[in-house]
Amino acid sequence: MTTTTIPTGLRDDEIQIYDLHKSFGDVEVLKGISTIIHRGEVVCVIGPSGSGKSTLLRCVNLLEQPTKGRIFILNEEITDPDAFFDDLRTKMGMVFQQFNLFPHLTVLDNCTIAPINVLKKKKTDVEKFALENLAKVGLEDRGHSYPAQLSGGQQQRVAIARALTMDPELMLFDEPTSALDPELVGDVLSVMRDLANSGMTMMVVTHEMAFAREVADRVIFMDGGVIVEEGPPDEVIGNPRHERTKTFLRRVLDPTHADPGEEDAAYAKRHEVDGVRDSEGSSQDLHPPTH
Amino acid sequence: MTTTTADAPARKRLSPRKRAQRARIIQYAGLGLIVLLGVLFVDGRQMVNVFFRPDVIAKTIAPELGRALLNTVIYTIGAFIFGLILGTVLALMRLSSVAVNRWLASIYIEFFRGVPAIIVFMAFSLLPLAIPGLRLPLDPYGAVWMALGLVAAAYMAETIRAGIQAVPKGQLEAARSLGMPAGMATQKIVLPQAFRIVTPPLTNELILLTKDSSLVYVLGLTSEAYELTKYGRELATTYANLTPLVIAGLSYLIITLPLTFLVRRLEAQATKAR
Repeated sequence: MTTTTIPTGLRDDEIQIYDLHKSFGDVEVLKGISTIIHRGEVVCVIGPSGSGKSTLLRCVNLLEQPTKGRIFILNEEITDPDAFFDDLRTKMGMVFQQFNLFPHLTVLDNCTIAPINVLKKKKTDVEKFALENLAKVGLEDRGHSYPAQLSGGQQQRVAIARALTMDPELMLFDEPTSALDPELVGDVLSVMRDLANSGMTMMVVTHEMAFAREVADRVIFMDGGVIVEEGPPDEVIGNPRHERTKTFLRRVLDPTHADPGEEDAAYAKRHEVDGVRDSEGSSQDLHPPTH
Repeated sequence: MTTTTADAPARKRLSPRKRAQRARIIQYAGLGLIVLLGVLFVDGRQMVNVFFRPDVIAKTIAPELGRALLNTVIYTIGAFIFGLILGTVLALMRLSSVAVNRWLASIYIEFFRGVPAIIVFMAFSLLPLAIPGLRLPLDPYGAVWMALGLVAAAYMAETIRAGIQAVPKGQLEAARSLGMPAGMATQKIVLPQAFRIVTPPLTNELILLTKDSSLVYVLGLTSEAYELTKYGRELATTYANLTPLVIAGLSYLIITLPLTFLVRRLEAQATKAR
């Protein structure tokens, strides 16, 4: 991992993160993250729950305010107190774990409301573009449905189309398939694969190792608020160097045959070292830290 | 315990079905007793004379009753709209990032919820004295709408605030992530959903407001501006008989019963949508 301390100014550097820290109260969730994501690159962020990967993604578009550090989007600093962060957000689409479609609007209106009101584009043009994007996700005939009438997988694909209708330069995905029934995951992943193949810059927080291995240009493994290991998927997932990466992957790839108590031990070890608590409070983190 | 001890008196245990049966019989017997007491002690003719005198009923049901009913509706709807707008502003003030806004809204809400409405109306009726030259628009409707609306806004503000806070946080995040500024996200995404959530309680508020409109008589209205209660009271004095007030009271049901029905349907819909 090379840590640069000044913005590069290179046109191809779409996301630059320098020494990013984030604390919730006394708990430091991110402890100095630095990385640069280039144009057209697909980066998958993996790691155990509570490792800070979702917080990292949410800091990038300022849904969480970093405690320390600087983030540049398209060479503009979004962490500048006077940044026009609303403008920068229009350039990065965000897809949430819980879809967050607007339930009071039709699928088509979900896609068009921001381009019409924020980008002040013409309604007819936006609707045409929205329908193209809905076609890309295989839902061109559902424009007049309401989100509640769709399956989870369909809702997530609408959420992707909604983000694409802003015509963003890059896309952020926060565990896009984690809230889906297993049989619905495939459709969302194949839409994301198409998007990656079309050259979109993507930062994806995910638990889908097969997807990361196939689609990602680079995989970042996070644990305890730091980047433990990063590199091409064949190295990080196929041949991890770090012990923490190995343990995590063994448990994710074959949960049935993991050593009993291994995760508890790994968890305890993590918290001995740095005392990180998962801000989302997932079930794995119900064990009290042992220090 | 399944075995009964020897020294306990052998009492026949009732099955749950028989017990429920017995409870029902006792309830029916109690209700029957009340009806019996009513028949024995209430003089039906006297009752009719005081509350339902036919000749007074005939005189009460006149075009003026219709106008009073219409006035009640006009007062209520106008006050509801006024209260809804003011209540929304107050709710947004309570959630504002500016501390002074939060304080002002809290003071307003606690004051008007804590003071009897009739005292507010009395004070309101003296406002033209306190501020010489003050003329409220659409006399007398403007004054009634404002007086009723000022009080209703305090209650509605709390309902609307709860509704805004019931909209999931992810909705605001999704709107902001699409580049919407805070104001636009509130207006286009949060408020429409909040109002959907609070439609049943706000309809309840409309029912309460319908009944509260009976208090506006303290504002001193001309006979064309009478609402139902004032109309009933005037006729009751004229005929020295309560019947007109009873008719006026029953007339409120023409407004409130359909609204009650509506609330029930809206609540059922809200449950289903969840």
